[in-house]
Amino acid sequence: MPGFRGGVHPRGLKLTGYKKIEVPPLPPRVVVPLRQHLGAPCNPLVEKGAQVKTGQKIGDSPAAVSAPVHASLSGTVVELSQQRLPTGDKALSVVIESDGKDEWERMPPLDPERASREELLQRVREAGIVGMGGAGFPTHVKLNPPKKVDTLVVNGVECEPYITADHRLMLEEGEKILEGAKIMAKILGVERVLIAIEDNKPDAIEHMEKLSEGVGKVVRLRTKYPQGDERHLLRAVLGREVPVGGLPLDVGAVVQNVGTCKAVRDAVLLGEPLVERVVTVTGEVAEPKNLRVRVGTPFSYLLQQCGGTVGGVKKVVAGGPMMGFAVYEDVPVVKTTGCVLVMGERQVVEEEEGPCIRCGRCVEACPMGLMPTHLVRLVRAKDFEACQQYNLLSCDECGCCAYVCPSKIPIVHVIREGKKGIRRLKK
Amino acid sequence: MIPNAKLLVSPSPHLKDRVSVRRIMFTVVLALMPATACGVYLFGLHALWVILVSVLSALVSEFLGYRAMGKRFTMDGSAVITGLLLALCLPPTVPLWMPAVGSSFAILVGKCAFGGLGQNLFNPALVGRAFLTLSWPSLMTRWVSPLEGVSTATPLGTWKSGGGYTSTWDLFLGNVAGCIGETSALAILLGGTLLIALRYIDWRTPLSYIGTVGLLMLLLGEDPLFHMLAGGLFLGAFFMATDYVTTPLTGRGRVIFGVGAGLLVVVIRMYGGMPEGVTYSILIMNAFTPLIDRYTRPRVYGTVRRKWWERKK
Repeated sequence: MPGFRGGVHPRGLKLTGYKKIEVPPLPPRVVVPLRQHLGAPCNPLVEKGAQVKTGQKIGDSPAAVSAPVHASLSGTVVELSQQRLPTGDKALSVVIESDGKDEWERMPPLDPERASREELLQRVREAGIVGMGGAGFPTHVKLNPPKKVDTLVVNGVECEPYITADHRLMLEEGEKILEGAKIMAKILGVERVLIAIEDNKPDAIEHMEKLSEGVGKVVRLRTKYPQGDERHLLRAVLGREVPVGGLPLDVGAVVQNVGTCKAVRDAVLLGEPLVERVVTVTGEVAEPKNLRVRVGTPFSYLLQQCGGTVGGVKKVVAGGPMMGFAVYEDVPVVKTTGCVLVMGERQVVEEEEGPCIRCGRCVEACPMGLMPTHLVRLVRAKDFEACQQYNLLSCDECGCCAYVCPSKIPIVHVIREGKKGIRRLKK
Repeated sequence: MIPNAKLLVSPSPHLKDRVSVRRIMFTVVLALMPATACGVYLFGLHALWVILVSVLSALVSEFLGYRAMGKRFTMDGSAVITGLLLALCLPPTVPLWMPAVGSSFAILVGKCAFGGLGQNLFNPALVGRAFLTLSWPSLMTRWVSPLEGVSTATPLGTWKSGGGYTSTWDLFLGNVAGCIGETSALAILLGGTLLIALRYIDWRTPLSYIGTVGLLMLLLGEDPLFHMLAGGLFLGAFFMATDYVTTPLTGRGRVIFGVGAGLLVVVIRMYGGMPEGVTYSILIMNAFTPLIDRYTRPRVYGTVRRKWWERKK
């Protein structure tokens, strides 16, 4: 196994690995943002007061890189307004009040054997499927590469601490993931399907090995963060490195998260668009759980389903602890929300930044081969040209450097400022 | 979202390793305790006074130096290490004003003048030692035998003047004349192993440094074990050539540093006027550290490694 450079080994803290996915009662109200993906935001297709059904398309965009958005409940559109996203930005959102009936509007199911590549691709687009591992790149774009690819890598790595949504999905709905992977392999025209899982999930490895005969091969990976990042995953699984500024397809591979695979399967076989996902609600809640919830469900509702928070809450993070966003008001679950992490006083230690002692830990940990401490100095000196020369833009913000820094320098934050600085330079 | 909760918003990552500068520094101090204890046992209570005066002077100097720079003094432990290391590489006979002067010079000139922790180019303890050696050479070379305290020469001094080798076993245990903390390879190895096991220091540095000295001395027809164990090589290799601030950032850089320093020790011992060369070998390599860092940058993911002569910056 080629492996990949650097990385860190934070404690797993997977509190919910043995907890079955639960489906809580439907929320009374959902907030569905019209921008839940990378690319152009959607234009609303409904007006305030409209009646909608579950699965009805409520937003779309003519842009090539975008994905439509669907109502996740049946009921009435009560508001069309700017709402806060888990990332901290705001986006135009459709607020739907449930009528309690959950009446669906589905697309006709397709037979993946008979349907053409174009029909399947169109279905993936119409279902509003985006990368559910966190990046939210529209899946139909990724499945239509301008170059020939030879491998589909199904990403079941889930390398962030705490999160178990993909783990549970593999254990409970592994066959559906593989059905989706098969459909994607057909769309891509690839023979080779690899299912990548870290060895901290031996049960998932065993289960998927049993199921995957005839579909693909399970690749067991040594656990190391950030292996789930597709660049590092390709390095670890195939020994291929995506060139700077390139995409995985440049090295003949496409990576898809297990949740995305399952969503593709539902869209094709059942005609259901992407309106729900599994979210791990964990940390300082009475009972940490894996919940299958509708897109747009407010975080507060999730916490309520887990018996509320425990002790003094200091931070609520949308996503994992390494790359997630700290939120400060109620925000909705979006297509890319895999985790809601509640941190208490014990987990959140506010430490003052000290001077860099050049210990070199960040250099050793950086999976991209950057010199984070050097970049911090350059950004703070506002030398953005040098930042560019030292490949600052290659930074994925995985957080390994800041995780290991004994001086508690907010390296990732400083590097983000550097990216802004370089962008200003280009203008 | 949560009633009465004031939620903190800060950039990711939200999880941090428990390691801190203070923890690293005080672990290094702990790792120096075997060598310190050994020095006090071998050379008596005066050695303890030298150590205490040195550490205390380092702390006071740092407090005053930071004050003068308008920086806030924190008890991060780095000044304790500087004071302790300086004392450990002083002869056990020095008058007590020497560690005071040396430590103050180390901190004020070697560290504060460069801008404080993380900014200095040269190892402060060695700056202090070099200053004392240049200013009071005779006081810095008054050696006594361990336990008895009789005037004698160091093993390297004896060798330099044609007196042959000292027993390897005595060198390993530390039963020889020398600086307070440098004589016992065993005691230094105890602390050094702890730091390597905790991954606080890189094993590459001591290995390449001591290894280079051994290998070259073997090629030159000398006793390699004698040269590896005698003098301050072990103390320097485990505790000074591994100083974060003044040595390279990457593994490859650290090997270059170790090999370079080893080479310098051999050159100084074999062809120089002095019997010992550890202090200057490390100080000289400290000066090369920025250059080494520049040429040993890791390969950035998704790029092709260019040969060093093709690199611009």
